[in-house]
Amino acid sequence: MYKFAWFLKTINSNINMSQDIRIRKGLDIKLKGKAEKVISDAPRSKDFAIKPTDIQGVVPKLTVKVGDKVKAGSPLFFSKSNDKIKFLSPVSGVISEVERGAKRKILAVKITSDAKNEYHDFGTKNPSNLSTAEVKEYLLEGGCWPFIKQRPYDIVANPADEPKAIFISGINTAPLAADNSFVLEEEKEAFQAGINALTKLTTGNVHLSVDGNSTSFLNNVQGVTLHNVTGKHPAGNVGVQIHKINPINQGERVWTIAPQDVVVIGRLFLTGKYDATRTMALAGSEVDVPRYHKITQGENVAELLKGKLSSDNVRVISGDVLTGTSIGKDGYFGFYDNLISVIPEGNYYNFMGWVPFTNNTKFSMSKLFFSWLSPNKEYVLDTNLNGEERALVVTGEMEKVMPIDIYPMQLLKAAMIGDIEKMENLGIYEVAPEDFALIDFTNTSKIEAQKIIREALDIMIKEVG
Amino acid sequence: MNFFRKTLDKYKPLFDKGGKYEKFGPAFNGFDTLLFVPNHTTKTGAHVRDGVDLKRVMITVVAALIPALIFGMWNVGYQYYNQLDPNNMPGMMELLGYGALKFLPMVIVSYIVGLTIEFAFAIYRGHEVNEGYLVSGMLIPLIMPIDLPLWMLAVSVAFAVIIGKEAFGGTGMNILNPALVARAFAFFSYAPFMSGDKVWVTDAGVDGVTGETILGSLAAGNSAGYSVLDMFMGYIPGSVGETSVLMILIGAALLLFTGVASWRVMVGATIGGAVMGLIFNAIGVNALMDFPWWQHLLVGGFAFGVVFMATDPVSAAQTAKGKWIYGFFIGLLAIMIRVFNGAYPEGMMMAILLMNVFAPTIDHYVIAGNIKRRKKRLEENLKAA
Repeated sequence: MYKFAWFLKTINSNINMSQDIRIRKGLDIKLKGKAEKVISDAPRSKDFAIKPTDIQGVVPKLTVKVGDKVKAGSPLFFSKSNDKIKFLSPVSGVISEVERGAKRKILAVKITSDAKNEYHDFGTKNPSNLSTAEVKEYLLEGGCWPFIKQRPYDIVANPADEPKAIFISGINTAPLAADNSFVLEEEKEAFQAGINALTKLTTGNVHLSVDGNSTSFLNNVQGVTLHNVTGKHPAGNVGVQIHKINPINQGERVWTIAPQDVVVIGRLFLTGKYDATRTMALAGSEVDVPRYHKITQGENVAELLKGKLSSDNVRVISGDVLTGTSIGKDGYFGFYDNLISVIPEGNYYNFMGWVPFTNNTKFSMSKLFFSWLSPNKEYVLDTNLNGEERALVVTGEMEKVMPIDIYPMQLLKAAMIGDIEKMENLGIYEVAPEDFALIDFTNTSKIEAQKIIREALDIMIKEVG
Repeated sequence: MNFFRKTLDKYKPLFDKGGKYEKFGPAFNGFDTLLFVPNHTTKTGAHVRDGVDLKRVMITVVAALIPALIFGMWNVGYQYYNQLDPNNMPGMMELLGYGALKFLPMVIVSYIVGLTIEFAFAIYRGHEVNEGYLVSGMLIPLIMPIDLPLWMLAVSVAFAVIIGKEAFGGTGMNILNPALVARAFAFFSYAPFMSGDKVWVTDAGVDGVTGETILGSLAAGNSAGYSVLDMFMGYIPGSVGETSVLMILIGAALLLFTGVASWRVMVGATIGGAVMGLIFNAIGVNALMDFPWWQHLLVGGFAFGVVFMATDPVSAAQTAKGKWIYGFFIGLLAIMIRVFNGAYPEGMMMAILLMNVFAPTIDHYVIAGNIKRRKKRLEENLKAA
């Protein structure tokens, strides 16, 4: 009897083991300036902007005009294809500007905060008492729908779909990434409330992956299937985890959401407010004292950065250095982000910089630099392209950083020529641009892999849907 | 270097868009980027990039060729004086100097002709000059007979670059290894200068010098005539780059260590060559078949081809599994052609060119496996649902 119980236990642990994920193919880029685990006060800005360009798969339709008064939680715009998907103001104040680009494309809706912090009240709800439709309705009304993204295509989810599962990556492996277990520690309750709501949205599982090398409150979250993730970046990419847990087939939909956004959903249920404040890591070699700060979605970073940067010739990135958006020193914090990275610009010439085994301050996956000698060194990397775009010559290097079972170079080539059938065959439905970020980084020919994949996905949306 | 930068910056506007010599921009940029890694910063995608670029990779391959090149120049002198009068050998520097005088003009012609065409195509097509020819331009003279007239070399280079490469769309698009295209062109066009027992030692046939290669004498039914040490060290007749297995292995070590060349191709080809050699040893009906399998790997162009030719990433198979298959068949075919082709007892060039043609097919079937796996998963899911 004892033996039988032991047998069951072994089988059980083996089943759990198979749900754990270990990533061998990848690359950890260690950058100088990781944020110290201290939350420090920062001056708050009065300027905010919600940028539709941060949001994939949505054409915005404005509901406000310059001069309108808004509360935190008042709608700014909605999705042209589904007017129920609303985008809310993160603060109360006055619409100060609608910035437009070519063809009158809306680039940003700017709000000047009145510092009153008036919230629109959506009323508190308990997700366990609601039906799926009611949860969806509440999330749409409360402005939290855009946080839920759909794979394939990495776009805002369609509320009419029924996803086969929902995936949340609780581990960040990108360079300088914020530590979720630290950032979310004080949001335990909201996080659990958010999870409770998400479990209503799918008949499948809600998968939460956590750092396999440490334990945090995330290990004790209820209602999820837990996965321990270890290994190199991109182990923390949700797409990689989906591939290992339950890969997407043609015609299937899964939803993903970032943990910091689960918290925003949780707050909506608990307090009835759209409260998009976040704990954000301000990191990078050009930040004097890299630390964590409280910031709100869309907040202007000029005040925050004032006096904190060690140089003037820098790039300020909302997000990580591989996938983030350059916003400038007076730009606005991104819609989904929880990290600001500041690195030096690299606009300099390098005399005979291509001679093998020289310029060893640069980091490389190849052994044509000596960086492999010091695997734990933290590097100061700048934005220099370190060469020019060339034809694809070197083979085999992309596969080294692609843990998903696809042929990345062949998929990129199919994407470049827009061959839909080939892309389908080669697994376009399983990838998002962020999964190609390391290929952006490592490829010798300096091909813009993320951009190629994004454009290919947009073609797929148009042609296949 | 500040002086160079200032000079380049001064003339740059002339070649930029709207400048007087806008058309020649690619050529100007070609020189600029040879001197300076440009100040280009990331615009889209990842904000930081790996330090490596194509120029660094290509220069590494050229560096890996240097040991074979220097030894080869010395060997040109050594073979000549050794056959003239082994008892009256000049000093090492003299032998090297003799070889350099014969060989360096070939390198210069190869680079001038090849790069001129590359620049012309860059200007014509309005794209940047690719670094690929830095390697091809060095490989071509290394695999030619030392006495090949320079004009023939020039015509072969022109053919290789125009038909072998640019006709397919330039660097990265070519099906065949450009250096081997040059050699194949010369081989079929100028056969008397490319084969036989007179071409592999300089001025052979004059002054009683003969220059038969080991494979040549084996094909004629004779013995190898050289010791294994000679074969390994490279004190044998042959084209400049191919004779010294030791020097080639030094280059291979650099390529493998830096990861620039595929170890899969190299190992696959060595295994393939060994397998074929063993089979022939077992049959053993003539001198070439009886030649020990491991010595087959030491002589002729085998080692040079495996390390520097088969590993060209553009014309090789591109998938990991494909590289094994591709490499294996190169080794196998090289020894097979060697033994069966009576007219010309060397098979490396033909084996690599043949497998270059088949590389896309190999990749196609390797990738088909991946596609099948994905479709199967979909079917299973549909069944379960």
